[in-house]
Amino acid sequence: MKILVITEQRQGKWNNASFETLVAAQQIAADAGSNVSAVVVGKGVGNFAEDAAAKNIGAVLLVEHDLLEAYTPDGYCVALSQVIQFAKPDLVLFPHTYQVRDFAPKLAAMLGKGMIADCVGFHKEGEKIVFVRQMFQGKTVADVTFQGAAPWFASFQSGAFRADLLTAHPSGKAPINKVSVVLKPEQIRTKPLELFKEAKSAVDLTQAPIIISVGRGIKAPENIPQAEALAKAIGGEMAASRPICDEGWLPMERQIGSSGQTVAPKLYLALGISGAIQHVVGMKGARTIVAINKDQNAPIFEIADYGIVGDIFEMMPALTAAVEKAKT
Amino acid sequence: MKIIVCIKQVPAKDAPLSIAGNWIKESDIGFEMNEPDSYALEEALRLKEKHGGEVVALSMGPERVKQTIKEALAKGADRGIHIANDQFAQLDPLGAARVIAEALRKENADLILTGLQSDDHGFGQTGVLVAALLDLPHATIIMQIEVQDKNMRLKRELEAGWFQHIECPLPAVLSIQSGINKVRYATLKGIMAAKKKEIAVIAADSFGAKSEPTQKIAKIYVPAKTKKTEFLTGTPSEMATKLVEKLKFDARVI
Repeated sequence: MKILVITEQRQGKWNNASFETLVAAQQIAADAGSNVSAVVVGKGVGNFAEDAAAKNIGAVLLVEHDLLEAYTPDGYCVALSQVIQFAKPDLVLFPHTYQVRDFAPKLAAMLGKGMIADCVGFHKEGEKIVFVRQMFQGKTVADVTFQGAAPWFASFQSGAFRADLLTAHPSGKAPINKVSVVLKPEQIRTKPLELFKEAKSAVDLTQAPIIISVGRGIKAPENIPQAEALAKAIGGEMAASRPICDEGWLPMERQIGSSGQTVAPKLYLALGISGAIQHVVGMKGARTIVAINKDQNAPIFEIADYGIVGDIFEMMPALTAAVEKAKT
Repeated sequence: MKIIVCIKQVPAKDAPLSIAGNWIKESDIGFEMNEPDSYALEEALRLKEKHGGEVVALSMGPERVKQTIKEALAKGADRGIHIANDQFAQLDPLGAARVIAEALRKENADLILTGLQSDDHGFGQTGVLVAALLDLPHATIIMQIEVQDKNMRLKRELEAGWFQHIECPLPAVLSIQSGINKVRYATLKGIMAAKKKEIAVIAADSFGAKSEPTQKIAKIYVPAKTKKTEFLTGTPSEMATKLVEKLKFDARVI
């Protein structure tokens, strides 16, 4: 099986999920050293091609063009559809990044194909690859297979594979093949402008050893102080899942998850958080996870070390009292 | 400005799910508007308030999705389109997008909005695919829209706290990021007004847009646990005391 991995970098930095997807490709391919190629796209990105070539893969395809300097969905789709027609892979893999969400379904559709997006794993049934992806916000998973002829397109969720398992090239370096693409300015309809970060307050949750995080179960902004009282007693920082910040009950910079911060504290206490995948990717690295939720089937319990099935409004004051008592 | 919002109806957030083959048992659960789509609807209503025009709520699915279209009408959408399809849950992303694109084609909208992804399948592909099929420019994960004549200035969310401004011509398809706005509630007046608004029903198979599925959900199941969870029981105060002991003496994190 020939596999192409579309890698991602921006502003001179790798998106690390690219390496996770290379690991997935190495595991899927029977012989990664001949069957996996990494595609590096951009302008002046030869150094990224060198990085990729040091891994145990068959080749790097370097796709450079003036019109690929800044990402646009049109530019990437026109260029990569030519690369795929040239390389004729069976499987095209992507890291499931925001950028991939923006262009990969269109790329597949241009070639009349579908994409299985946001996969968390795979297994093989004979020759067939079965992709595993979450549904219903992580409450269930599904086994999904491709129908019809190759090429097939799939993306892997950030964290689904461990980048540190990526093996090095046995003889030092895979060949770097330049692939030229035809791309005209009028094919690109959107115009990318500046990248920017919004001014943030001093909250850096990545450094907090203890995080008390609230989700939809908190129900109303009036209830936030109960969680804050617990955070104060235990010496933790407050955080939240996206819906709470969307509502403005806690500021955006306290959001944990794929669109917020990624944290790995000693203790992560999830109050009324169901455990949707977008949240879990931001906190699953915590050393100890405590989940309190009224729904015993909430996906958060799958990753919790300690679980309490119960009412957070009873548990918050009880825990605050127990923590205070333990101090004396 | 004519704006069409694609809205999906999904199982209610707290609905107890029981798996049936490659879908769920629908008989005993409630359904609601997919939350990410409610932000797209709100954005459409705000654009109409600013620039004038029409907001159309489009939804595919069985008869029950009319309730979600009615909710959109009550919030202020002008009319609805119901693509009647009892087999919607069985469609792959490309198959679903093909039907939606055909329904949208003759509407010639200035702007088509979708939510980021659905809370059931979570494919997150519909907006991008509809744009590809209609040959329209698109942008996703949008946090701000400014319409300037035949052009839009958009704010896209990237990962890790980064954003980007982009310019995109109209007509176009945008996928809206959740949290872009504060979603309104339907007023009593809106609910009454909605009763007089039109919902056009189109049969999904009337387009001849049928295609071979590109992927198939073989089965759905509850995921195997990756971690052993120690569940604590008792009264709230007993559980709290036990948890503090565990955290202090076993996990040693407090």
